[in-house]
Amino acid sequence: MAESDGQLEKARAAYLAELIEAGHLIPSGVRGLYGRSGTFEGVIEHFERVVTRRGADQNAEVMRFPPILSRRTYEGTDHIETMPQLLGSVHSFTGTEAEHAGMVTSMHAGEDWTGSLTPTEVVMVPAACYPLYPTATGTLPEGGRVVDLRTFVFRHEPSDDPARMQVFRQREYVRLGTPQQAVEHRDEWIRRALEIHRSLGLNVREEVANDPFFGRGGRMMKATQREQDLKYEIVCPITSEEKPTAITSSNCHLDHFGVAFDIRSADGEVAHTSCVGFGLERIALALFRTHGMDPDRWPSEVRSVLEL
Amino acid sequence: MYHDQIRNILTSHGRLSKDVTELSNDADLYDAGLTSLITVNLLLAIEDHFDVEFPDELLSRRTFQSIDALAEAVEDLVG
Repeated sequence: MAESDGQLEKARAAYLAELIEAGHLIPSGVRGLYGRSGTFEGVIEHFERVVTRRGADQNAEVMRFPPILSRRTYEGTDHIETMPQLLGSVHSFTGTEAEHAGMVTSMHAGEDWTGSLTPTEVVMVPAACYPLYPTATGTLPEGGRVVDLRTFVFRHEPSDDPARMQVFRQREYVRLGTPQQAVEHRDEWIRRALEIHRSLGLNVREEVANDPFFGRGGRMMKATQREQDLKYEIVCPITSEEKPTAITSSNCHLDHFGVAFDIRSADGEVAHTSCVGFGLERIALALFRTHGMDPDRWPSEVRSVLEL
Repeated sequence: MYHDQIRNILTSHGRLSKDVTELSNDADLYDAGLTSLITVNLLLAIEDHFDVEFPDELLSRRTFQSIDALAEAVEDLVG
């Protein structure tokens, strides 16, 4: 029997309650925004070490960017055209004392006070690789580059599904180079990611996927992204067998960022890019779901791979 | 029969790297600089102009490959 939306919602709420009960997620009063327990963080830390070991042969440059991005860079990515519904824009107060008093009065009166704010020069990072591209403008070295990234990202999609957080971490390996290098990177990492997840006892499979592009025009973006087989997701049952959750994805951007940020491969052509992104919170959620709330009692093979 | 109207829409919404007037009806629009984002603008403009909605099965690169292909799609939709 097909699972109804109501059943799915119930399953998500039940798993969220279980995670909160176990202390792994600490609710904040806002849907999709949680604190994490030490145990939860430990699982992520150990998982990341597995990824690092598996990626050691890539000689990746390690770069870490904050979860906030230059507004100018953001404007160069076309995210506002394709996924405006997920944006987080950072605003602050730059007014006078009189305006300040008015704002505070409005707030205490329970009225809208945010009209007194003005946009800052930054927005929340929507994907871990965005801050990298403007730093890569110019010509890549012979052989291109591989960059290892991790940061928190923000997506405004409040939900009671514990696997749909508004703020979560992506660990990425990004390839910048020729079209062939970009595609090879994506395919190689889908293979490696499947192996990693299976070695942890997760019931995963790969699927052709699309990004959640906005609106009527987004239909076309979704269709052509699928048609060109650009994005693959590794999905794993978390709160539903029927609708498994994407826990890792591997995406070829063609020359999208190469054009936007004038990145060229050593042969002078516009560079192509691709990335694999591990959704660290979702992977932890899949592990807790599959093996139970207490990592001390996880199967010994899984504990051994994670070096717990 | 819709070729000229599609050419006009391409001129105003296509932002191609080649001059639309120099493109033949069967010229490859992707070779002429059509990107996925421009395709979206083009799709919306054509839908508005002809008051049609492209069904999912027509949302493919093949539909946007050339002026001929677009004219054929519009002809099917306008009926």
